[in-house]
Amino acid sequence: MKKDLKEFKTFPNSTIKEIQRAANEGIYQIRGLGAKRKVPDFDDLVFLGASMSRYPLEGYRETCNTSVVLGDRFAKKPIKLDIPITIAGMSFGALGANAKEALGRGASEMGTSTTTGDGGMTQEERGSSKYLVYQLLPSRYGMNPDDLRKADAIEVVVGQGAKPGGGGMLLGQKINKRVAGMRTLPEGIDQRSACRHPDWTGPDDLEIKIQELREITNWEKPIYIKVGAARPYYDTTLAVKAGADVVVLDGMQGGTAATQDVFIEHVGIPTLGALREAVDALKELNMHRKVQLIVSGGIRTGADVAKAMAMGADAVSIGSAAMMALNCNADLYVEDYKKLGTEPGYCHHCHTGRCPVGVATQDPKLEKRLNPIEAGKRIKNYLTTLTLELQTLARANGKSDVRNLEPEDLAALTVEAAAMARVPLAGTDWVPGKK
Amino acid sequence: MNFDLNKKTLREVNQNLQNVDRKKNTRKFEILNPQGQHAICAGLKDDIEVTIKGHTGYYCAGMNQKATVTVHGNVGTGVAENMMSGKIVVKGNASQSAGATGHGGALIIEGDASSRCGISMKGIDIIVKGSVGHMSAFMAQKGNLVVMGDADADLGDSIYEAKIFVKGKVKSLGADCIEKKMDQKNIDELGKLFKKLNISEDPKKFKRYGSSRNLYNFKIDNVGAY
Repeated sequence: MKKDLKEFKTFPNSTIKEIQRAANEGIYQIRGLGAKRKVPDFDDLVFLGASMSRYPLEGYRETCNTSVVLGDRFAKKPIKLDIPITIAGMSFGALGANAKEALGRGASEMGTSTTTGDGGMTQEERGSSKYLVYQLLPSRYGMNPDDLRKADAIEVVVGQGAKPGGGGMLLGQKINKRVAGMRTLPEGIDQRSACRHPDWTGPDDLEIKIQELREITNWEKPIYIKVGAARPYYDTTLAVKAGADVVVLDGMQGGTAATQDVFIEHVGIPTLGALREAVDALKELNMHRKVQLIVSGGIRTGADVAKAMAMGADAVSIGSAAMMALNCNADLYVEDYKKLGTEPGYCHHCHTGRCPVGVATQDPKLEKRLNPIEAGKRIKNYLTTLTLELQTLARANGKSDVRNLEPEDLAALTVEAAAMARVPLAGTDWVPGKK
Repeated sequence: MNFDLNKKTLREVNQNLQNVDRKKNTRKFEILNPQGQHAICAGLKDDIEVTIKGHTGYYCAGMNQKATVTVHGNVGTGVAENMMSGKIVVKGNASQSAGATGHGGALIIEGDASSRCGISMKGIDIIVKGSVGHMSAFMAQKGNLVVMGDADADLGDSIYEAKIFVKGKVKSLGADCIEKKMDQKNIDELGKLFKKLNISEDPKKFKRYGSSRNLYNFKIDNVGAY
């Protein structure tokens, strides 16, 4: 930029371009994945580690337990996962069958769960997943009691972090014959799922709905309730009241297959602040650790996992990061990224169905670019890395179980993060808002 | 065989009905004193006949497969929700979301049905001998909603490929729902459905409604219709 040119702070070049695009096209932008704006996140926290007053564990010798039991509040058959990192719900339709299979393979090898999505359960996914969580979404596409009984847990989806208050969206180019058949829709239409459930409207009704699901499945399956990070304190409280075994809280950094950019960037709150509120709600109800809390939305590293657990989560869930482990945004087939008007590292074109790396597509040629066995190994490797990082940090803080990590192990690097996570600003004992 | 919900828990009753011993040859059951309990007969999966003597709460016969359930009373929200097959008969009235997301089978309501009857239906046949409330067949994907009385506002809003037949008045149609020609093929199809379900009605007296398919793919020119 030339020195004598001064960009408008209110109207930077990117804003001017978007105004002009809107003026030309007369329609909002639709895209995939999560928020691109910077928000306070787990990078704004650090672990204190052990020192004079805390006793560390040997990094490669002393055990550090990572297993977690989910759903032992009411379910006869709770799930025992070997690691507290699960694969988030992503639909067959949004992702191709190979991608779903790869997620199942990788998760199963690590003894953790994967999750269906808006569109029902595929045989590939059930077959490759040791633990499969079956989502009950507002659309109820593909929902049937046989699959419900085949599932290891049921997740009632109230909302999603990328778009709390919005329904699913799958544009016509991804509604091929198989996807359309599973959803009972005509091929090639722009599928916009309902944003509300068709047969319940609030927590009192949901309690009855959950009773029905338990009756159908012999009270065996853990019932999760997934909420987008809107009003997490109240939503968590109401989910517990409605009878959830597990609450899944998805922050605004969580991804989506397709929705309006304005929705992704401007609705919902960051995972960091949402998690704190949800844990507060559980503790006030004396239900912390009795109703398990899974947090998702922008989890990338073992450090993120460890920080989420230190703040009170029982487990985390990964969606976008798992896609990236499958090769989303990898530096491959660069010409095809260019055809979409983007580059590796910037792509959010899941909605087009033209995924260059064969993850978020139904195009048979593109899908062949993803080998489910090799991709499954990458998922396994990625989950292994996250787990090793998690254990490393837990041992450094003197914990023989990753669920023993606690807020006292953390400090914040920014005032915003200190206020949201309610841990002291590093080098002080100051927690903004705490009397 | 009788189950008295004053004497047995809902879990005991449902568990019995969900696991009928085929060797015992008992195929007919009666449930007494339902007293508005929720999820009665949810998740049945065998071709049995159940008669419920009284009113039920939410999700009666939810996700039914193969069973025939007759309710001698009124039903709460979501009767036969996500039903896959079989037949549910309600002798009284039904609350909202009757037959919601149903994939197959038949739901016959002899009284009225409240709002959102047949919401997101995916192949079920719903016959309402009385009238239906507003937003019935909202986002209905497949199957038939047949109304012998009247339909309240916004019938068939955002409908996909489901068919709606109404004998009485329709207060208003929802987005993308239009009246369609009731030709001989449609008359024959509706007549066949009546015959299959032992219903004495003249299909010629019905008007047909369905999707104009204008909103299937998002076009900015249609933005005012949403």
